[in-house]
Amino acid sequence: MLNQVQDKSILIASASPHIRDTDSIPRIMWAVVLSLVPAGIASIFTFGYYCLYVILLSIVSAIFTEALILGVRKISVISTLKDGSAVVTGILLAYTLPPGVSWYIPVIGSFFAIVIVKHAFGGLGNNIWNPALAARAFLQTAYPAALNSDWRVLQHGIGNLFHNITEIDPEGNMVDAVTRATPLAKEAGAEAYHFTQLLIGSVPGCIGETSTIALLLGGAYLIYKRYINWYVPAYYIATVFIMVLILPPQTKTPWANNPFYHILAGGLILGAFFMATDMVTSPLTKSGLIIFAVGTGVLTVLIRFYSGYPEGVCYSLLLMNTATPLIDRFTKPRLYGARIKKA
Amino acid sequence: MAEENNLKEFTKGFFQYNPMFVLVLGLCPSLAVTTSVKNGLAMGGAATFVLVCSNYIISLVRSFIPREIRIPCFIVIIAAFVTMVELLMKAYLPPELNASLGIFIPLIVVNCIIMYRAESFAYKNKPFVSVLDGVGLGLGWTLSLCIVSSIREILGAGTLFGLKVSESYNPASVMIMAPGAFIVLGLLLGFFNWRKLKKSEKAMMEYMKND
Repeated sequence: MLNQVQDKSILIASASPHIRDTDSIPRIMWAVVLSLVPAGIASIFTFGYYCLYVILLSIVSAIFTEALILGVRKISVISTLKDGSAVVTGILLAYTLPPGVSWYIPVIGSFFAIVIVKHAFGGLGNNIWNPALAARAFLQTAYPAALNSDWRVLQHGIGNLFHNITEIDPEGNMVDAVTRATPLAKEAGAEAYHFTQLLIGSVPGCIGETSTIALLLGGAYLIYKRYINWYVPAYYIATVFIMVLILPPQTKTPWANNPFYHILAGGLILGAFFMATDMVTSPLTKSGLIIFAVGTGVLTVLIRFYSGYPEGVCYSLLLMNTATPLIDRFTKPRLYGARIKKA
Repeated sequence: MAEENNLKEFTKGFFQYNPMFVLVLGLCPSLAVTTSVKNGLAMGGAATFVLVCSNYIISLVRSFIPREIRIPCFIVIIAAFVTMVELLMKAYLPPELNASLGIFIPLIVVNCIIMYRAESFAYKNKPFVSVLDGVGLGLGWTLSLCIVSSIREILGAGTLFGLKVSESYNPASVMIMAPGAFIVLGLLLGFFNWRKLKKSEKAMMEYMKND
């Protein structure tokens, strides 16, 4: 064995890549799972343990659906399941749902994400859209009532950690949770939240989007490990900042032109660090990624300001996902030695 | 021999020449009216009637139609039958069904399945086989419309023929909107293509074995 290797080692001309490192799909995926944990813990403090149930249900149904479809497609089930991509999809989907949703919402969402968005297009690495986001958009259209209500928050925070918020009678005396408008609500008289609330995450919203600190913690870990680029979130958030400053908002809410409020409220941080940086559905080159990030930022603010929806992160990311092949074509790096044809 | 051929002209519309899943023709009405099985059936019935009648008449008069102006002639014949269907449906079908089919009944005039069969079959064949061809393709299309619309109605409205499927099911309204049509049709097309691929692979294997 050793001799064989030594014999061959003199003249090996293998195909690229020549430099390999230890990064692999499972490593990156499980790192993403780890980086999403703080936001999950923060959500349990904010919304009670029912949202843990939603997250787990979403993960389990994503894994189950993935196993099922891998079996149908005759791809080795166990080794592909171990890469953790289904778990990431499950967690990300749950993080975009309201904390009080019925059990079937995450189940249908995971099914749609894995079967339609991921495997119908050829499986991991071939999907056009981020599976979790596309499933969220599908659920938004399929069950608009279920996804626009249930914005509940525990009133006393940590003290009621183990109180199931669905068991609370809204007319009883023991009210532990209150339904309030989300930070980006456009209705007249919608209240503005304090910046510390937005940082910690004790505001109504989707499960994983409220706690900015926890999300930044996870995002910083991924940037430190170099699994995501710093410039995609940076350009995205900076674009939102500038667009909020220069565009005239349609609604007269107190925070309408406050860029800091727009960055901290809603799903921007979650989207910027965990969804815009999705390797499969974003462009390949650095210049392409910057176009992608800026485009998403512009669309996010346009949707937030001028559409019927309060939040635009999901749709703007999906639109830019769609444009990704086009961006890739325009930002194709020049081959070394090749000349650019003059039109 | 002749009878076998006749049977083949009739059955080819279901699988081999299925207008929706194999020929991928007439997609505009297929996507638009398949929100419920009732709509799908009515649309399929109307189109089948027009297809059979126009095939028959075109085949009868095919030697009188000059080649240069055959398309306008087809359209005149087809339009006559579409007008008949439209008036009949207005007279005998419930108004809400007419309202939901709307513009798509008059648009059968330019339905590419009917034009395609007129041009490539009825113009070249005898009346009897043309009728068989029309019935086969029309029923094939109706069947496909029923498949798509029953999937969409069950998932999107929780009903089948207007009857509730299950009390506890919360329908996903997106399935009776435009995205639902594209998703269902895309998956079904994928399924039929996959079947075709399997079949040709199998034939290839057989061929190589025999070689």
